[in-house]
Amino acid sequence: MSEAASIQAITMPKWGLAMEEGKVSAWMAEEGAAIDSGEEILEIETTKITNVFESPVAGTLRRRVVAEGETVPVGALLGVAAAVDTPDDAIEAFIADFQASFVVEASDAAEAPEPEMITVARRQLCHLRMGPEQGPAVILVHGFGGDIESWLFNQPVLAESHRVYALELPGHGRAEKNVEGLDVATLAMLLADYMDAAGTGPAHLVGLSLGGGIVMKLALDQPERVTALSLLAPAGLGPELNMDFIEGFIAAERRKEIKGLLGQLFADPELVSRDMVDKVQKFKRLDGVKPSLRDLADSVFPGGHQALVMKDQLASLAMPVQVIWGDADAILPPAQSEGLPDNVQLRILEQIGHMPHMEAAGEVNRLIADFGD
Amino acid sequence: MPKKSFRQAINEALAMEMRRDPTVVLMGEDVAGGAGAAGEDDAWGGPLGVTKGLMPEFGRDRILDTPISESAFIGAAAGAAATGLRPVAELMFVDFMGVCLDQIYNQAGKFRYMFGGKAVTPMVVRTMYGAGFRAASQHSQCLYPVFTHMPGLKVAIPSSPYEAKGLLIQAIRDDDPVIFFEHKVMYDDEEEVPDEAYTIPFGEANLTREGDDVTIVALGRMVQFANQVADKLEGEGITCTVVDPRTTSPMDEDTILECVEETGRLVIVDEASPRCNIATDVSALVSERAFGALKAPIRMVTPPHTPVPFAAELEDLYIPNPERIEEAVRSVMGHQA
Repeated sequence: MSEAASIQAITMPKWGLAMEEGKVSAWMAEEGAAIDSGEEILEIETTKITNVFESPVAGTLRRRVVAEGETVPVGALLGVAAAVDTPDDAIEAFIADFQASFVVEASDAAEAPEPEMITVARRQLCHLRMGPEQGPAVILVHGFGGDIESWLFNQPVLAESHRVYALELPGHGRAEKNVEGLDVATLAMLLADYMDAAGTGPAHLVGLSLGGGIVMKLALDQPERVTALSLLAPAGLGPELNMDFIEGFIAAERRKEIKGLLGQLFADPELVSRDMVDKVQKFKRLDGVKPSLRDLADSVFPGGHQALVMKDQLASLAMPVQVIWGDADAILPPAQSEGLPDNVQLRILEQIGHMPHMEAAGEVNRLIADFGD
Repeated sequence: MPKKSFRQAINEALAMEMRRDPTVVLMGEDVAGGAGAAGEDDAWGGPLGVTKGLMPEFGRDRILDTPISESAFIGAAAGAAATGLRPVAELMFVDFMGVCLDQIYNQAGKFRYMFGGKAVTPMVVRTMYGAGFRAASQHSQCLYPVFTHMPGLKVAIPSSPYEAKGLLIQAIRDDDPVIFFEHKVMYDDEEEVPDEAYTIPFGEANLTREGDDVTIVALGRMVQFANQVADKLEGEGITCTVVDPRTTSPMDEDTILECVEETGRLVIVDEASPRCNIATDVSALVSERAFGALKAPIRMVTPPHTPVPFAAELEDLYIPNPERIEEAVRSVMGHQA
């Protein structure tokens, strides 16, 4: 292997369709340190969220090219990894070459896939499809109050090898606001209808929170549609939930209240960015959103408890099933994962809240991508 | 989300509320393109094209071109509001308030109070304000402090297209008279605006920037300038909170006080004439209720106390600009207690 080939670039990742630049808020590895692929080496701040960045390469971190506090475009060189004995001048030459040939890619928003409206069982839903046509299908189903953008750290990464669909349920995102007659069981039927309408074929279903309950129900009712099941902090495993959060989320109007509520979703409330609060506030101002969230909550959490608990039935599932839960989840108690049947693989993530797919995006992406293929 | 201009945002808010509620009607000079004038109907679509397309959709029964008599049609709007309609009257330039102020402040603004809450007056007066349009002294004033002074009126001053749509829909659904201020140089500003209807509540300030060092309270067009300054100074490590009160009546005093308590420094940017304007009002609020939090004297960035000049060079000097805001922020940062 030539020296140049053994020198590896670490570049600014693209998290979500809209990300054009990111700020290196902190380095977590010193120059000269040995780093592993997957090791957290940087903290990167975008307008949406601050998150840790896991090294895509293994080797010795030879240079930090971008200093803490600097903002650079997506694709820019952040650092360089190489063997410990690669000569310094080869490293310098590599950096000079990279910088000389680096051009900021024109915003690829024009060719990036866009969310599209789709008619499912006479309802107007919205979905976003990404990834290669021949890849195995993965469907992402958000939780109460979520939308397609909930998956900004996951869908683009999973789409490198999978055909990934993110769906917006009635009352959420761009989907219609009418939620009449919907509960977990009918939402599961709607998800089946969506799979037909979008032509997904059998798929690995990934559900977060309420979405976890919905995909679980579909796997029980129509197992032939499901190749694997990944349940992230799922509903459906016990009656309890943090109803104060749900009520607060429905009622909240002012940004301070919303910020406080969103903070409860994470083990580290500092992760809640201005953009996240703005987006939720703008969504909640739309005509019809508040009543539809109210109606949906009354239907799926009547009397402050989950209406549908399916834990006992999971043993009957033949497809691979995993449950991923943060031990600092303040919305659904992780204790509900106790006593799962043997066919279910349980992965408890330490110091992670109700949003494992955001707070531990790298790990959750690996767990999903490697599961059931 | 699609990008829309300030003009489109206003037009969309009007059209959506007219579709939703048959009692919403529009009235004003030229709003339907001039009744009885030669040529194509709706050719202009309102003075700056804001109401274009509404007359063909809703007809002349709901889009009323009025004579050039503000005292008559603003009064008619107040009466219509008190008797069951939701009129949106267009006072072309707020500078013309002098001929119809009685109808607004002494009639519409007092109905609810004087009839013991039995009458409501769901009326909106849309009006253009602000300098920078080369429109001289009689078509360039701000004047929102005058309406803010008068109990019984609500006053909204949107700072962007998103804000304009949500605040106008709120204004139309509100049961009190609302004076809605549109800055005439902002109609072509663009930003992402949802297609759906949405409302932004009155009396809830928006923080367009959040920082630790200086609070900048700014109104309408001045919010953009304040944001520019905040972004520029962030690069030097001076971080600003920019507060857009959105409505000056009701005024979100709590948010302003909280922000000043956090930063300890206050700059207020107001395009209105400097005496008895919103800058002096906010300054009085903070001096009375958060004096102990201040690390430096309050700075107000306003025009001079003079009519708006017609000469372009003088008009440009008159309007508060980012350079003056930046200077004020630096001065409160540099103050040695």
